[in-house]
Amino acid sequence: MSSLLTFVVALSLTLMSGLRGWHRAKSKSNLHSRPIYHGLNHGLWVALPMLAISSLWLISDSMIIKPSVLSELTQNSKVLLKDTDFRYLEITQIANGLLLTHTDDANTLQAVQSYLQTKENTDTFILTMLLVSGLLGFRGVNRRFKESTPAREQVERIVKIVLAASSAVAVLTTAGIVMALLFETLRFFQQVPFTDFLFGTHWSPQMAIRADQAGSSGAFGAIPLFVGTLLIASIAMLIAVPVGLYSAIYLAEYAQPKLRAYAKPALEILAGIPTVVYGFFAALTVAPMIVDICRAAGLSASSESALAAGLVMGIMIIPFVSSLSEDVISAVPQSLRDGSLAMGATKAETIRKVVLPSALPGIVSALLLAFSRAIGETMIVVMAAGLAANMTANPLESVTTITAQIVTILVGDQSFDSPKTLSAFALGLTLFCFTLLLNILALRVVRKYREQYA
Amino acid sequence: MHNEDTLNQKNRNRSRILADFRFRAYGILGLVIAGSALLFLLGNIFSTGYSAFQQTVITLEINLDEDRLGVTSTASPEEMQEANVAKVVKQSLYDLFPEVKKRKEKRDLTKLISLGAELDVRDMLLLKPESIGSIITLTVPVSSDADQYYKATLTGEQFKSRLKENQKQWLQTLIDNKQVIIKFNIDFFTQADSRYPELAGIGGAVVGTIYTLLICLMISFPLGVAAAIYLEEFSRDSFMTRMVEANINNLAAVPSVIFGLLGLAVILNIFGMPRSTPLAGGIVLALMTLPTIIIACRSAIKTVPPSIREAGMAMGASPIQVTFHHVMPAAMSGTLTGTIIGLAQALGETAPLLMIGMVAFIASVPGVPTDPATALPVQIYLWAESAERGFVEKTAAAIMVIIVFLIVMNLLAVVIRNRTRISNK
Repeated sequence: MSSLLTFVVALSLTLMSGLRGWHRAKSKSNLHSRPIYHGLNHGLWVALPMLAISSLWLISDSMIIKPSVLSELTQNSKVLLKDTDFRYLEITQIANGLLLTHTDDANTLQAVQSYLQTKENTDTFILTMLLVSGLLGFRGVNRRFKESTPAREQVERIVKIVLAASSAVAVLTTAGIVMALLFETLRFFQQVPFTDFLFGTHWSPQMAIRADQAGSSGAFGAIPLFVGTLLIASIAMLIAVPVGLYSAIYLAEYAQPKLRAYAKPALEILAGIPTVVYGFFAALTVAPMIVDICRAAGLSASSESALAAGLVMGIMIIPFVSSLSEDVISAVPQSLRDGSLAMGATKAETIRKVVLPSALPGIVSALLLAFSRAIGETMIVVMAAGLAANMTANPLESVTTITAQIVTILVGDQSFDSPKTLSAFALGLTLFCFTLLLNILALRVVRKYREQYA
Repeated sequence: MHNEDTLNQKNRNRSRILADFRFRAYGILGLVIAGSALLFLLGNIFSTGYSAFQQTVITLEINLDEDRLGVTSTASPEEMQEANVAKVVKQSLYDLFPEVKKRKEKRDLTKLISLGAELDVRDMLLLKPESIGSIITLTVPVSSDADQYYKATLTGEQFKSRLKENQKQWLQTLIDNKQVIIKFNIDFFTQADSRYPELAGIGGAVVGTIYTLLICLMISFPLGVAAAIYLEEFSRDSFMTRMVEANINNLAAVPSVIFGLLGLAVILNIFGMPRSTPLAGGIVLALMTLPTIIIACRSAIKTVPPSIREAGMAMGASPIQVTFHHVMPAAMSGTLTGTIIGLAQALGETAPLLMIGMVAFIASVPGVPTDPATALPVQIYLWAESAERGFVEKTAAAIMVIIVFLIVMNLLAVVIRNRTRISNK
């Protein structure tokens, strides 16, 4: 509720300032700018400082409250605390009334009190700073008001800065991704050797959470995950490439415009269906079907097979292959086709020997993008491929993938000190690098292709 | 000699024509496979899920006996909570079948109705304490097993019901007496998740999704449009802008799990946003949607003819004025179309929401965006992972709802695109 109140106060202060600027300007003649710009200028000078100060709230939790609460907790409990992140999460949840289990631990209750106290102090401090900055802006812009103030130029300068800052958000997102992944991955490699992760052949991230708990010490060899990921993605490509490519060729070269007008959006429906739906379909319908068929053929298939996940994923990426390839095929100049047909080649010969070779770079890049999509796909494999880290090339067995492991490790409460949690970030970094590489490669190939007809 | 050549030529031509025919057939086959996969998928979901829109209910006459309940009409709300509602509900069933005497059989009989009956009676007591002592008529859902069995008998589908033979007989008697009927399942749309399939609904998940998408829209739309305006209209073609462009294109292809990792490590842990809430989910989805909106808005701005800018400049407008008064209104429909398509993607996104904890079991409809909530795709995932058979049709029904949402959003995008195509002419 207090955040809403703050918002209302800040908004009304801004409006007041803006109205005042507009009103003052309106009564003057010989203005440099129209009164509306004076109003905007006055409003912005109040709103922007407050906006800047309020961003402190974002970092206050991790920078001020958490260290203070945890240091107090460490002093009180006199034992070395493990899993501090987990403890802190528990404390915040108790403080916000989200954790229903009752605790009588005096240390925890004290920590909850100190959390609430620190939070209140921090909030009051930021709130005061916010109001002071707003009032200072109000006063400052009011004192500088003159008829000759170039209000429009000032407003436009601020607007341009805001626009540039917005385009920086995308860069900051990437930077955030890279930093978060790198930072946690480095912490992971402090506990688990780099070579064990990249070349190990045994994956079982389950670890004892407390020292007295029985359990394995965890193994973090990611090779089985890479194999599983590649196996499922390859099955998917085996389905999607022929179906998608032949559909694209037919739509681009043979189909009547009317058929194309209906078939293309229909194919794109396949791309628009949420992946969780494909996951449900794979787990509930396709996997039992595969088990039945295999039993009839005398084979044994796992109920969570790589084939089920790969098949359904193949269906999902058909539109990525077909729609991108169709664009590329349609972009091949008609003169090439005419030349080939004039030499007496049939339509199929023209397509196979003339159109496809000249569209090849574009098609390759479409396939690379589809492959990167298949590798990054998550929900289908989480729901249909299982969690057993088998290293096998048999599509009837259950395998697991990078994405499935990331999700499984991170769903639920986690402690950021354990190698298990951190291993998800190492997997994430691997996945990020791999898909980035594929995307860059695809863009390169496309650019090369474009130059040919430029 | 000459004849043989012509014959060879003819044979070659025939095989070439056949090859041409085959090639075309492969194309048609490809389309047919893709189309039938789509139809099979949708048909499968529909045939599994349509029955969840109906619910089997039983009409019970419940005697709110003071002695059995253990409370009087003057009891406080706390005492009402303690009232033995289970006893009166069970008694109403025993009254229907006086011949059932054995303890075990009685237990089987009560298993036919849902736990929701007791909850309904308790609500009734809290709302109208004066009804204690009278006989009320209440329509309550039957248990999931009974519901599945009755629906299967209606369609003639064969499956291994968990109901025992005597339970089936009682149910048949009730059906013949028209005490058990099937009706439209309005609870499915209004209720939140529940451990019991017959009581579970998508209401909570839909509200959570709406909050999440609103937060996503409020963040990604202004940021995306501002970024696109800067890149198209004000940036000079420097190294920095090329970096930003390459960056946006790459960001659009980053797998969604990676955004989940970002949300977990930065938005939850560093920024301290509340876990499991639409607020945190909306921010993560906004970062995912941002590239889509920027790319769409940029291409919309590119299609605005330079003459509009030049006319504005010639009239003495500043670049900012030209952009906001003339270029952006013309580019708005393309931007909106891109935004809706971006939101449609965000609507179906599951993995990042799972990772920021929107996967918790939440049995109430969220009130504000900072309440823990779940979202529609996450609800689908949760139900799909559940072992109870009753959840299968609920999952498929929730999928049908999400697909309807997607269709509506895409139609909206098409309508906006078509309307402006007319106005531009």
